Amino acid sequence: MIRIDAVTKRYPDGTVAVDRLSLEIPDRAITVLVGPSGCGKTTTLRMINRMVEPTEGSILLDGRDIRQQPVNTLRRSMGYVIQNAGLFPHRTILDNIATVPRLLGRSRRQARDRAAELMERVGLDTALAGRYPYQLSGGQQQRVGVARALAADPPVLLMDEPFSAVDPVVRKQLQDELLRIQEELGKTIVFVTHDIDEAIKLGTRVAVLRTGGRLAQYAPPAELLSAPADSFVEDFLGADRGIRRLSFFPSAGLELQTAPLVPADADAGTLAARATAAPYLLVTDADGRPLGWSEPGRLTAGAVDRDELLDFGRPFVPGTDSLRAALDGAVLSPTGWAVAVDGEGRAIGVVSQQAIGEAIRAAHGRVAERTEEAAGR
Amino acid sequence: MSGFFDLPSDLGQSWPGLVGLHLREALLPVLAGLLVSLPVAQLCVRFRWIYPPVLGIATVLYAIPSLAFFVVLIDYFGQSETTVMIPLALYSLVVLVPAIVDGVRSVPPETLAAAEAMGFGAVRRYFQVQLPLAVPAIIAGLRVATVSSISLVSVGMLIGNQGALGNMLYAAQTYGRPALAVNAVLTIGVLGMLADAALVLLRHLLTPWMPRKGAGR
Repeated sequence: MIRIDAVTKRYPDGTVAVDRLSLEIPDRAITVLVGPSGCGKTTTLRMINRMVEPTEGSILLDGRDIRQQPVNTLRRSMGYVIQNAGLFPHRTILDNIATVPRLLGRSRRQARDRAAELMERVGLDTALAGRYPYQLSGGQQQRVGVARALAADPPVLLMDEPFSAVDPVVRKQLQDELLRIQEELGKTIVFVTHDIDEAIKLGTRVAVLRTGGRLAQYAPPAELLSAPADSFVEDFLGADRGIRRLSFFPSAGLELQTAPLVPADADAGTLAARATAAPYLLVTDADGRPLGWSEPGRLTAGAVDRDELLDFGRPFVPGTDSLRAALDGAVLSPTGWAVAVDGEGRAIGVVSQQAIGEAIRAAHGRVAERTEEAAGR
Repeated sequence: MSGFFDLPSDLGQSWPGLVGLHLREALLPVLAGLLVSLPVAQLCVRFRWIYPPVLGIATVLYAIPSLAFFVVLIDYFGQSETTVMIPLALYSLVVLVPAIVDGVRSVPPETLAAAEAMGFGAVRRYFQVQLPLAVPAIIAGLRVATVSSISLVSVGMLIGNQGALGNMLYAAQTYGRPALAVNAVLTIGVLGMLADAALVLLRHLLTPWMPRKGAGR
């Protein structure tokens, strides 16, 4: 655990970058520091590996003051990932990744073997090993940055806006990849970003800092969205926080209706039987994949005109996707019904906006109960 | 009739001998200049405020004519190669110091921050990151310093034939053999171009990590 204890950073000109900040950063979780520019988030991160020394207060790593060990020993025990990757332009990809193991005295051979292993772990083609950084795309460079930080298998990973300089598509890939790697490795990650959506997506806990380096709120993302501490946090979270909060509610409990599902080659009898089941029927192809919605009266047995069908929006996968995805699917569909599919994209049921609304209310109720329980204890 | 490469005996050297001498008198000062410039430039990077005065001193040194240097230096080193080479070494500073300072400063800040964060001490950071990345800028400076040094050596003929190929210019007058002057000028020109080409090749070998023109991703 990293314990930041009443830390202040004041510069000689009187500027206060961090103001009596206290935070407990749990092991094996992603803790995100988020806030507008000038909130001291990067300064805080850099105090953890002593690239910035606090003016007051102390930082403890597993109960021990970080000033008790030589600064370079401390830094080699913490991986560091920076915006634009900060790779060494004059070293090959493999040697970039092998940097810290080499510093720690590992042989060139061992260090390179380890580096090759890490290239695979972060999803880089090992054919790139002999290339130089300028030959890689921004996203690939950032992967190298992550691999380099992980090379010596440090327990702590410090990440300073690592994904801000890449385009949104690549950023999403890198975020997903980080979550996957974290699942496998379980590092203690401190992640700095100015992007609240990134914070909510990645963070186990999120610390929102306000300008002047003071802590505004420190909570799990779902709690941040449901109960922002003050108007600053609320403004910083931005619009749609009710909708965004739905990301944390599972869609598994939704009651799916299967009666409105009809195969495209259904006979007249089936169609007649289903006609009263729902205001709309979802037509599926031979594999069970959704084709589109239709009013029962418009369907004729054996002759479904696919162009006549209404768009079915974006299907969701119950259990994997959240209530947010389910609601999104229902809103996108002109019929107001969301389509649930299995992992292979086969329709397994449909659910109405009303049913999703009830599920949301039920989920809120459960959260409220848990909060009361926690408060009562 | 003497051939193009036959020199008067009082020059005391054959043509190839003069070429070798010329290269030594031109290149040793650049090498000395480089050895002085590296620590001076590093100080300028470390303590920003000393850079302007250092640059000022280098510029003033460059403005002093070599003849003025010779007058002073002859008292200590006589009419020797050393007397010729010291001013040349000092002249090279005006090119090399700023070249190295710019080169070291051009290292991307995130690369330096990453090096620091990975536990590189200041010395390691200098030798393993800053210096290698400054190589293109340093070699650019060396090219200018080397070519100018090769041309400036000739002035050494003024202090008792210490100008290597430049001595042929004086001999051309004395013996009424203009071909000697043509030879000297052409040879010095060719030496300059060869030295420059050698440095370009060296940069190419030292910096496989630089984006090459025409090379795709």
